[in-house]
Order: sequence, then structure tokens, then C-alpha cells
Amino acid sequence: MSRRAQAWLWGILGVLAVIVIWELYKFLGPSEGFVVGAIPGETGSGVMLLPRTNDRAMPHVWDMVARLFASTSGGSTPPLWVSVVSAAAVTLGIAAVGWLIGVIVGFALALVMHRFKLAEWGLLPWIVVSQTVPLIAFAPLVASIGNQIDRGGTPFPEWLSVAIIASYLAFFPVAIGALRGLGSPDRNHEDLFRTYGVGALPTLIKLRLPAAVPHLLPALRLAAANAVVGAVVAEVSIGMRGGIGRMLIQLAGQGSSDPAAVWGPTFGAVAMGLVAAGSIAFLGAGLKNYRRGEVVA
Amino acid sequence: MTAPTTSSIAAARTAPRTGPPEWLRFVAPIAVGVIIVAVWILLVDVLKVAPRALPSPVAIGENLVQHFGIILAGMQITATNALIGLAAGTIVGIVLAALAATLKPVDGMLVPIIAAIAVVPIVAITPILNTMFGASSQFGRQAVAGLAAFVPVFINVLRGLRQTRPVHRDLLRSSAANGFQTFRILTLPTALPYLMTGLRIASSLAVISALVAEYFGGPSDGIGTAIATYAKSGRSALAWAFVAGAIAIGLVFFLVTSLLERLVTRRRSG
Amino acid sequence: MSAHDSGAASSGEQGGVAVRAVDVGKVFPTKAGDVVALSGVDLDVAAGEFVSLIGPSGCGKSTLMRLIADLDPATSGVLEVFGKPPQRARLDQDYGIAFQQAGLLPWRTVGQNIGLPLELHGVAKAARIDRIRELVELVGLTDFVDRYPDQLSGGMQQRVAIARSLAERPRLLLMDEPFGALDEMTREHLQGELARLAAETQAAVVFVTHSIPEAVFLSDRVVVMSPRPGRITDIIDVDLPGPRDASLRESPEYFHRVTAVREALHGTPVERANER
Repeated sequence: MSRRAQAWLWGILGVLAVIVIWELYKFLGPSEGFVVGAIPGETGSGVMLLPRTNDRAMPHVWDMVARLFASTSGGSTPPLWVSVVSAAAVTLGIAAVGWLIGVIVGFALALVMHRFKLAEWGLLPWIVVSQTVPLIAFAPLVASIGNQIDRGGTPFPEWLSVAIIASYLAFFPVAIGALRGLGSPDRNHEDLFRTYGVGALPTLIKLRLPAAVPHLLPALRLAAANAVVGAVVAEVSIGMRGGIGRMLIQLAGQGSSDPAAVWGPTFGAVAMGLVAAGSIAFLGAGLKNYRRGEVVA
Repeated sequence: MTAPTTSSIAAARTAPRTGPPEWLRFVAPIAVGVIIVAVWILLVDVLKVAPRALPSPVAIGENLVQHFGIILAGMQITATNALIGLAAGTIVGIVLAALAATLKPVDGMLVPIIAAIAVVPIVAITPILNTMFGASSQFGRQAVAGLAAFVPVFINVLRGLRQTRPVHRDLLRSSAANGFQTFRILTLPTALPYLMTGLRIASSLAVISALVAEYFGGPSDGIGTAIATYAKSGRSALAWAFVAGAIAIGLVFFLVTSLLERLVTRRRSG
Repeated sequence: MSAHDSGAASSGEQGGVAVRAVDVGKVFPTKAGDVVALSGVDLDVAAGEFVSLIGPSGCGKSTLMRLIADLDPATSGVLEVFGKPPQRARLDQDYGIAFQQAGLLPWRTVGQNIGLPLELHGVAKAARIDRIRELVELVGLTDFVDRYPDQLSGGMQQRVAIARSLAERPRLLLMDEPFGALDEMTREHLQGELARLAAETQAAVVFVTHSIPEAVFLSDRVVVMSPRPGRITDIIDVDLPGPRDASLRESPEYFHRVTAVREALHGTPVERANER
């Protein structure tokens, strides 16, 4: 069996193992969970070390799957999986826009920082610190600026605010990866181009950019995953309708009456991340030649 | 005049020929920070053109001082969650990485799952965890922080356990070292810097995940819920004061783990 | 042996001087103090002449080559390449260069690597393809023109590097230990190829090497250098008749020249085995 087929097989076995562990715990575990240090009469006290296993807290795996095919909210609404897919598509689209903005901004920053050492010294620490600022703080700010612009005449839809917040998470890995990649060529290669008497621009296009590809691809993948996270969280904090973030919160709120429903958008969110990363892998396959002789990071 | 050797010439050659003086390395970011704050104050206080959601740094500072008590309380909750998540994720990451390095089936099953976890929005499982563990428990947030921390630790430790150089392995084998000795003398010291790198990456992720998870439900404490509440009710300066607290936590985690990483890697000559 | 021999004794088909160095010096400032890599270098390389630079580690041979290539500036003295300052010569593309590591771009095929300088200088595609075909035949890699460097052996990669250095028909070739990373058999083979190419193209060559037999085999003159500080201590005329081919390596004159260079390097006469 080929190595790739083997890898897939092990992966599927892994997922099956997780399902087995879930059901096994559900079968064997205590129905109200395992709490340490609970004070009688005070609900919610103590530390719960093992989760509750009743059907409301931990639905059976087959219940989760079955729920996907039942209607979203009763009556003639489409099956849950349809709603999940369309919500995921909305969020994924916004995340893609955010990713693109983040890639452009990140790459532009990397070019500036590579060209001007002073810019790198001045900006890089701030770029690193900027990633410790939690998303939530920016969301209402971006949304209100968007509202102001919208009221001022130029249309600024809600999803654009989400995309901008997503781009904020996406630009960081691209800036770092591109900066590293632009500076990665061998000293020999840099000398070679110098002997050809060409300026910085041809050297950038014919040497640094191709040399940067092995550094850029993992950065782009990370940026894609970050853009997805950013889009989901931004949706929730802005309260945007139609995306998967809101669906998650909504169905979680109905957890007591419809426990298996929230797993639908959860699977959807997981699928979104995989699709985002997968499309970068697709891009990487097209750039195969530029990864020859690369050291696998 | 020192005697030129090929390596000293090569080293002199690779030093930057021209460029800004070294002392600017520290001054430049500070200067950029001052410029940012100056422009900020200009936009908000002087020109008054900023939107309502962007308060003046002065107002933020005032709120920070005035409400320091509740900010600190919120910081404690979020920081504790992040720390517990970081600790648990690190331990599990090390254990599973050790298992994966030794047992091929475990490696085969774990690596695809973890590669998948690395690209999906982990915070999206917070609502489910809150249902499983109860909405008044901090566990959901700690578990999300733990999961976020576990991934980089696992990946880096697994890589580190495999980094022993063949020449070193041959050396120990020819000296008739047994498995445990090889682990203690070679594998462990080789893997340690990788663990530190993973820890550094995991620490920032743990803080951000613990914070963002608060937005998906659970108890109404912690910095995240405070920021959301005050931002929604229009008290943006106070919300930003909480953000300052969050930045402080993130910086502390990052600095401590970076220091650890640097201490450990300095002793290796590579 | 006067270091001022302006090479009028050697070929000089086109007349003129390829490289002229007068009292050239190079000092590197480092954290540990100034490093004098070169001092008082006087050397003339005539057009079409093959000159080797040989010496132990730290003698400045690579530094001198880099000064000629304008990869580093000289700190004292006068250095001219075809009568111009090195920077002018570089911008005018008067020389081709080859390094110890072949320096092939891994994402380009053999053909694309050879054509790199032509591409950078705006040569039209058709003319480029023709020239690449010529060069690839010259180094015997016609069947590999569409392969990637990671599919080639070290020796083949160096052949590509040499072909690339000849792409624009330079009058001067600068080579920094190009065969240093290869095994002995490949090395001898490529030395023969290089000698042939240099003769055919009539280019002047400045060739840095660690290997005494290689220097003698290839060169018209061997420049012996020594460190602390880097300087020229001797210039040996290699006056060997006939073409540089395999039979040369067995001739007594060849061995005499090798001994001469070895003695110059050691600074004392070397005891010969048959005189013991």
C-alpha cells in the first residue's frame, strides 16, 4: 500500500478511535460527571473533572449525525446540514476576503521591513505585540467605523468589518514568513546577482520571491486558519447574521431542548478550517517547482 | 591587528556593510510607539475626528486607574484559565509526543488529527464544552486554552525527539549505551530547546484562546466578557482599559517563556 | 621573481591587460579589531592569460578575487579591470563568475540557470535559447537541459555553473575553488574541460584553488600567497608546452613545476624522494 494511502488509513483509524472513546466514556462514565470539592446545596461549585454523560450534555455520535439530516428548526425549514453549509460558505467567503487583505498588507509590510532595516527594527516588535491584543476589542470599533462610513454615503456592509478583523489575524504570519523568506537566499546567490549588475527589483523578482516560497506557504496556511478563526469570532462579537458564528451561539442557547443541534455548526466550523488549509495546499502543489531543494521546516 | 583566518574574513563579510547604527535597534520601536500614541491623541483629543469607539489614551489611562480592582479580578480569572490550560496542554503534549515518537500506530493516528486541530477554529467547541461541563464552570475555557496549547507543544516536542543527529546516535551505540542512557544523554537534551519553543508559542495561544473562549459562553467573569459587555454598552474607554489588562497578561506569558527558551538554547552550541 | 611581471611573456593575443592591481590592500573591521586580509598586492593578468591564486587559509586569495569582482571594495591601492574600476567592469558585465558551491537556483532548470544572466540583461528569447543550446553542448549536458539541479550530481552542477559563467562571452572568468567540493576523478575531468574552454574562448581566467596540481595543470602562471598579512610571496611561470590534457599529468616538466610551487608555498626547498 502506498505511503499516502497508509497515512489516510491511519487518519481514519484515529477519527474512529476518538468516536470509540467518546461512546465508551458515555457508556461507562458517571451521568452527572465527576466533581471534586462540591459544596452540597450550591450548584456549580467544585471542579468538574469529568464531564456529564447524559444525553443532554453528551449526545450519541449517531444522534449528532441524524440531527444533521433533520430540519433546522422544525416545520418546512431545510435540513440542518444545508443551513450549516450555507452559513459556513458565507463565513468562509468573508474569511477569504480577510485572508486576501491580510496577505497583501502582510506582504507589503515585509517588503518595507526587508528593504529598510530601520523599518524592521521599528515595526517588528509592534507587529509581534499586536498579536497579543485580543480580537474582541477591535470588533465593535471596526463595526462602528464601518457604520459611520456607511451613513456618510459610501456603502460599508457589516461583512466588511468582519473581513477586516479577520485580516488583522491573518497579516501577522504572512509578514513574518515573507520577511524571513525574502532574506533567505544563499549569500552565494545574492553575490551572483550582484555580479550581474542588476538592481534591487530584478533581484527581488527573480531571486528573493522564488526563494521565499517555501517560507510563504506555511505562513499562508496559518493565515488562512487564522482568518477563519477571526471571521467566526468577529461575527459573534458584531452579531452578524447569516454566518456560522451566530448559528453556533444560537443553537448552543437551545442546548437544553435540542442538544445535538449545536454539533452541526461545530462540524461546519471544523470543515471550514480544513477547507481553508486544503486550498493553500492546493496552491502549494501548483508552486511545486519553487519548493525543490527546500529544507522541510 | 588580528591574524586573518578564512572564518573571520567570512564573518566580517557577512556583517552588514552599511546600515543604521546598533543603538537604533532599541530606540526605533520606542520611537514608533511614541509616534503612534501622539497621532492617536491628535486624532481623538485635538482634532476630535475619531469615532466614538476609539477613546483617548488619556481616558483609557484614567479608567485603568479608577477601576483597577475589577480589572485585576478579571485578569486573575483569565490568566488562571490560561495558565491551567497551558500546563495541562503542555503535559499532555509531551506525553503524547513521547508515545508518538516510540509507537508508529500512535504516530499514524495522532498526526493527522493534530494537523486538523491546528487549522480549525478551536474556540468553536466552547459552547459544547460548556454544555458538557456546566455553564458555571471555567473548565470549558481551560479546556480550549489547553487544546490550543497542546498542539504546538506536541508538534515541537515530536520534532525535537527526532532531531538527534545520526553521528551522535552512532557514537552512543558504539559505546554500548542502553535505551535509557541514550534517552537521558542524547534525546532529552536534544529535544529540550524544541520543547521551549513549543512552550513559547503555546503561551500566547493559551492566553488568547482563554480570552476568546469567554465570548462563547460560560460564567460572566473574566476579561473577555467584561470587554464585550462594556463595549456593547458604549463605555469604550473602560473596555479598552480591560484590553490593556489582557495585553499585560499576554506580554508576561510571552516574556517568561521567551526567557526560558533563550536560557535553554544558549547552552547549546549546535 | 619580480611580482611586477606584467605578463607580457604570456599569450596576450588581444593585447591589453585584463586585471591590474597596484599595491592593493583590504582591511576588514570586526568586533575583535581590524583584520588585514590583503596588503601590498601587485599583479597583472594579461588578456587571455590563465592565472591561479594558491595559498593556505587566510592568505587572501578569495578576498582578492572578490575585490576584482567588485563584491567587496578595496581599502587601498589601485585595482583596474580592463582599464576600468571594478564597479564599472561589473556594471559593464566584463566578467563571468563561478563559486565553490555551484550556486544554481533550485527552482530553475539547467537551461534556465544557464540563461539567467541573459534573461537579466534583456536578451531576446530566441537569441537566449540559441546561446543556451550552444553552451549546454559546450559542457556536454545537452540531455539534461530540462532537469533541475537536485537531479544532477555535484560535477554536473559545476558544469552548469561554468556554462553560466560563459553565457555572455566574457573576456575574464573569475573562479573561486569551483572544483573544491568534488571528488578527485571528477575534478581532473573538469580541469581538462575548463582548460579546453578557456583556450577556445580566449578568456583571461583568475582561478582560486587549494590544490597545487590543479593550479599547475590549468595555469600560465601560479601566484603563491601567504597569510598574516595576506600578500603575494611568489609568482611561478608555468611554461609547459602543448595542450593541457591527461598526458600532461605524467610528464616530468609537470612534476618539476608542481615541486616549484610546493617549495614556494613552504618557503623552503622540498626534499625530493629520489635525492635521499
